[in-house]
Amino acid sequence: MVRDDKVGLPAKGSGAGVPIMLRNISKRYRAARGGEVQALSEINLSVGAGEFVSIVGPSGCGKSTLLMLIAGLIPPTTGVIEVDNRAVKGAVDNIAIVFQRDVLLDWRTVLGNVLLPVEIKKLDPSTHRQKARELLRSVGLAEFEEKYPAELSGGMRQRAAICRALVQDPGLLLMDEPFGALDALTREQMNLDLQRMWLRDRNTVLFITHSIEEAVLLSDRVVVMSSRPGRIADIVMNDLPRPRGAHTRSEAGFLEHVERIRRHFLALGVLSEI
Amino acid sequence: MTVIEEIPYSPAVPTALGGWINRNGPVVGVFAAIFAGWEVAVRTLGIPEFILPSPSAIVIKIVLSWQLLLWNAFVTLQEILLGFGLSVVVAIPLAIAVVYSGIFERVAFPFMVSLQTIPKVALAPILVMWLGYGIMPKVMVAFLISFFPIVINSVIGMRSAEKEMIYLVQSMGAGELTTFIKIRLPKALPSIFGGLKVGMGQAVVGATVGEFIAAESGLGYLQLISQVRLDTPLLFAAVVVLSILGVLLFNIVGLVERLALPWSRVATQGE
Repeated sequence: MVRDDKVGLPAKGSGAGVPIMLRNISKRYRAARGGEVQALSEINLSVGAGEFVSIVGPSGCGKSTLLMLIAGLIPPTTGVIEVDNRAVKGAVDNIAIVFQRDVLLDWRTVLGNVLLPVEIKKLDPSTHRQKARELLRSVGLAEFEEKYPAELSGGMRQRAAICRALVQDPGLLLMDEPFGALDALTREQMNLDLQRMWLRDRNTVLFITHSIEEAVLLSDRVVVMSSRPGRIADIVMNDLPRPRGAHTRSEAGFLEHVERIRRHFLALGVLSEI
Repeated sequence: MTVIEEIPYSPAVPTALGGWINRNGPVVGVFAAIFAGWEVAVRTLGIPEFILPSPSAIVIKIVLSWQLLLWNAFVTLQEILLGFGLSVVVAIPLAIAVVYSGIFERVAFPFMVSLQTIPKVALAPILVMWLGYGIMPKVMVAFLISFFPIVINSVIGMRSAEKEMIYLVQSMGAGELTTFIKIRLPKALPSIFGGLKVGMGQAVVGATVGEFIAAESGLGYLQLISQVRLDTPLLFAAVVVLSILGVLLFNIVGLVERLALPWSRVATQGE
């Protein structure tokens, strides 16, 4: 395949993007000192198979809660969640999560970490070992397979964490501010790497971020959230041509989207110009 | 005519011996100085042997009565290992129960803490009354005294896994058992080994103290006997053997730790 050769990635696995449907989702937490906190309110969102959707919003708008709900790790207070046209009850198969912290296991080598989901899901070890190696090579970690995480830099660790997520060919990739702890340059590179992998795999990606530019650069759609309780304030369609890169950041369409999202945060009082 | 010898620049080549001297030289030097000072002081001041024997007198005593010392060391070693082993066997399952069961935590934990506040040495006479003069009361004192650090460190270790780590494996479909085996236990190991090291030191103390109370053999018993007989060199010899035993056992736990956790050394060396 021409594209695969160009991006230098291993051949595509079996995972194909799966759709997500959220209907009237709300989530209340019991607060530590009694009373309740409304984390999310009336969330309605549908994400198509193979779509890349970002969620931007201020701290405490319930973005991470939304991700936990979709993964089936916590139940919603009201509403229905469907992943791959099936109602979510308990941990969802066929998804992978990448957190802001890489949460690599210190006691496993890089390769051992990438193979963790293969072990837990009892997938075929030999084919996935091969795939794990190819993934690591594609992000420049071929020589670090047998190293322990403590020997890697922050960017390398997060790349390994992304390989761990992708080794299982997830239909849905949930990313919770995955590049939030990285320096700006590494982050730009990681954005491009992620886009490259997504263009090849076309799995569904739900990407949570604080960065408006990052959201616009990567996504087909950007969901703008307000805080306390978290609600969807706007959804910005973004059909800028792909692959996007450094050049995209100076295009009129890109700046327009960024400006529109920023105006929302000004209106919501999240950003203030004074 | 003066000959100026040309000395080529030679950076210190780290040989095995050189490295060892660099690392341990100062320690060895300090010890050597202390013992030399001691030896000289005893000789010049004419301190009687029954008050303070010279290091050379202690060494001679060890050489002469090595069979006696070895036999009694073996008895004490047995007590230490049984007490420590019992601690491990009880403490780690108990730690798991505390981590996983709220009721257990509320009931067993306060009990253990209150047990910890009792000086175990004070329990030794009671244990002797119950368990007789054999090996059991010493094993029990060693157990009671080494048990607490192992439990506490295991509990702390098993709770140290980050929330995201747990979410991560749960999202992969891992149940509680898999989560324990793949995450909680390996994450806890450095902390558990910390507890084992402290516990091993404590077990040595426990066994010796148990022998002070009532015994017919063991290094603690040997010390009591030497004291009564004013055989101070033997008293010191017993202390030397006991500390060698303690250091040896501590280092064995350390060695097992290094073998079991090769990644841990990387983590501490890193950055």
